Amino acid sequence: MVNPIGEVGYRSLRFVRQLGGMAVFATAMLRAALTPPLRVTLFVREMQKLGVLSLLIICVSGLTVGMVLGLQGYHTLVRFGAARSLGAVVGLSLIRELGPVLTALLVTGRAGSAATAEIGAMVATEQLDGLRMLSIDPVHLVATPKALALISIMPLLSALFIVCGLFGGYLVGVGMMHLDPGSYLTSLRSAIDYPSDITCSVFKSLVFGVLLAIIATYRGFTSAPTSEGVSASTTATVVIASVTVLMFDFIITALWGV
Amino acid sequence: MSSVERHAEPQETMAPADDGDMHVLLKSVDMSYGSRRVFDALSCGFARGRISVILGGSGSGKSTILRLIGGLIQPQTGIVLVDGQDVTRLSERELFTVRQKLGMLFQGGALLDSYSVFENLALPMREQNRLSQRQIADEVHAGLTAVGLSDIDHLLPSQLSGGMLRRVALARAIIRRPIILLCDEPFSGLDPASIKRIEELLIEINRQFGMTLIMVSHHVPSTLRMADHVLLLLGNRTVEGPPAQLRQSVDPEVADFLDEGSQERIRRW
Repeated sequence: MVNPIGEVGYRSLRFVRQLGGMAVFATAMLRAALTPPLRVTLFVREMQKLGVLSLLIICVSGLTVGMVLGLQGYHTLVRFGAARSLGAVVGLSLIRELGPVLTALLVTGRAGSAATAEIGAMVATEQLDGLRMLSIDPVHLVATPKALALISIMPLLSALFIVCGLFGGYLVGVGMMHLDPGSYLTSLRSAIDYPSDITCSVFKSLVFGVLLAIIATYRGFTSAPTSEGVSASTTATVVIASVTVLMFDFIITALWGV
Repeated sequence: MSSVERHAEPQETMAPADDGDMHVLLKSVDMSYGSRRVFDALSCGFARGRISVILGGSGSGKSTILRLIGGLIQPQTGIVLVDGQDVTRLSERELFTVRQKLGMLFQGGALLDSYSVFENLALPMREQNRLSQRQIADEVHAGLTAVGLSDIDHLLPSQLSGGMLRRVALARAIIRRPIILLCDEPFSGLDPASIKRIEELLIEINRQFGMTLIMVSHHVPSTLRMADHVLLLLGNRTVEGPPAQLRQSVDPEVADFLDEGSQERIRRW
């Protein structure tokens, strides 16, 4: 029979230990990022692998979300005679919330899981131990370029998602619902508070990128050296990173005063 | 040549040698993976410039000894001296310095699968040496030639056969001229011709560079041909000595383990 108090204690200790492990790992990555040699080629390769290959999914998702927002927004606004404000609704939703958050969730599923799986497979096949035996720090060679690439691609992909979403909303509002294009764009421009909304959006993306980078690489490095272990780490990355992104989204939104 | 104590069980060993002769020395090492105890006060040594082979059944801790020597894992208690330095007390950064003296051939090769053969061999030199690209290329080709390979620079590890992969991994392990070479199951999964080739290469490396070679193996025939010294892990005790001495052992467990006929039957099964 399981002792519930003991179980809570065990899980709490494991949680704290993992948080500590993650903090130590993040510090090691930060130190590695500031220590030569700079791994520019690897960074560019990771940007291509994790970022460029996510372009399609980001564009399609952004366009679709923008179109749904356009449809839902139009049918709600038209009831209050405010259909001209569709651009503002679509723009604010995308820039303040949906752009950074949905991009982070998509990148978590597409690139974060891939990073964990790749590092986990390297653990299982002793490639990281092989590097250690060659006196090469695997955090420096493997984890840091991936983490920096994940942090760098997040705001870029988020911006792309927002642009595609705005275009999707425009297609529905102007193309399907026959709103005046000028009204759509004017309400969009007047509703956005520059630079506050844009800065908040970029800040959120960067924070989400940092969180995903730490979680994905740490989970890969601590993966059990079996196929089951790699699979479990990959799943854990997606679950933990997704929940963490949503929690931090609330915290940042509350603190930013939006 | 070496001494072994484990569980204070009766042993069949040659006369213990002076610790000073030992290039690698494990003293009173306790090692567990979670609740599974692997070693209890294990002490053993591996002599400088010799070929030592660790034999034993699955799960007996053969690979664990290599990983302890490489500082990849830490024992619960005890010390592991590598060329006089206790690797159990060093930080990861200090271990990098000690590992300059070590080369390790992993069972699966452990080559970086997204790097070509050339990049795999060039990587350790690019990281540590201040060699020009031309010098690195020359070293890589010399390393590949030493293990009997050529014109495979551009191939990925996944495009190599098992024997070629093992030879490339061997070339990478020795490319920095280590003084101690650790080999984890270098013959597993290879055909007889490849086994012979790897065996010859390891002997040649040992003789030519005077490297201390510590090898884990299940392959008894090769072990008996190559080894200067054998350490046999048998459950809760260890037996060691030169192969010729172990072959004459009256200990039924030792005799059964070294019986090539039974090994062959197991392999075929």
